[in-house]
Amino acid sequence: MRPVRFNLNPKEAEIADAISMGKAPDGVPGDGFFATQLSSVVGLARKNSLWPLPFATSCCGIEFMATMASHYDLSRFGSERVGFSPRQCDLLMVMGTIAKKMAPVLRQVYLQMAEPRWVIAVGACASSGGIFDTYSVLQGIDQVIPVDVYVPGCPPRPEAIIDGFMKIQDLVGQESIRRRNSEKYRDLLNSYGIQ
Amino acid sequence: MALTNAYIQEKLVEKFNDQVFQFSTDSGILSFESAAENNLKVLQFLYEEASLGFTFLTDLCGVNYPDNKGAELVVVYHLHNFIENIRIRFSIGVPVAKPDVFTATKLFESANWMERETYDFFGVNFIGHPNLKRILNVDEMDYFPLRKEFPLEDQTRIDKDDEMFGRG
Repeated sequence: MRPVRFNLNPKEAEIADAISMGKAPDGVPGDGFFATQLSSVVGLARKNSLWPLPFATSCCGIEFMATMASHYDLSRFGSERVGFSPRQCDLLMVMGTIAKKMAPVLRQVYLQMAEPRWVIAVGACASSGGIFDTYSVLQGIDQVIPVDVYVPGCPPRPEAIIDGFMKIQDLVGQESIRRRNSEKYRDLLNSYGIQ
Repeated sequence: MALTNAYIQEKLVEKFNDQVFQFSTDSGILSFESAAENNLKVLQFLYEEASLGFTFLTDLCGVNYPDNKGAELVVVYHLHNFIENIRIRFSIGVPVAKPDVFTATKLFESANWMERETYDFFGVNFIGHPNLKRILNVDEMDYFPLRKEFPLEDQTRIDKDDEMFGRG
């Protein structure tokens, strides 16, 4: 049997004083100033104010509702502002089964988002089609749009969604501000037929 | 007098003789068959005969029996008499090589989308249908997914791990 594992490298919580502060990026502190790279500052700003666009089509969407609500409270991560317009959002959260007929709609929503944009596939269906190995269901949204983080589970618990969200935050915080202009990124989009 | 299955069968046999056959009763619902080319005559008789009055098409669907040579595809009509609250089931069989059936849309407006669905999943060709095209599946689909000759699993996957599917 092959072991099925989840969260190989768990992130240690910073709970020394029960209040965790975001780490300042590497730089030169001084009296009344702080010198660092522009990309670090931009990353810091972006990762702590992600605007999610929920694309919820089934039970994973219910888990996301719990994630947004007071008990799990996604707004602790600076993303309380859930937008329902793709033009305003940074993070497309795809939660639930995407039928083949829905695929062009999802792709259209992705295309309407402005750069920089990230995608998280929540749950087995969005990641791989899940149990719906059938003619009518898209076998993973990465067949039509690029995905940054996959969250396993059927459905994943809110903790797993938050874990995936924190992975996205890491990606956003470390991303070079030049990445979206790079040849590699253009090749990635071209492989999906996106100009 | 309440409408009974025996009376319905008697009226049908009186009108169509041996053109209607395979009468049976399942869960109190009368079922019977006829040849595919007689479907509209039977439906119209059931609709217009005052003592029968099956004026509502509850359901229209397809079935695929791949081993039933000459009638691999079956189209089933479920009809309802609102006054007597009685349902009957009427089916016709057509060969999969030439699945031509006359459309019921002239009798029942509700047959329009149900025939499109039956075409979508089984490829039954409803002659005279005003708009026979796919209704539920993607337009690009080039086969009829509920026919048993096509596997149910998605064929576009190349990363399937047999071990994880319990057949390694």
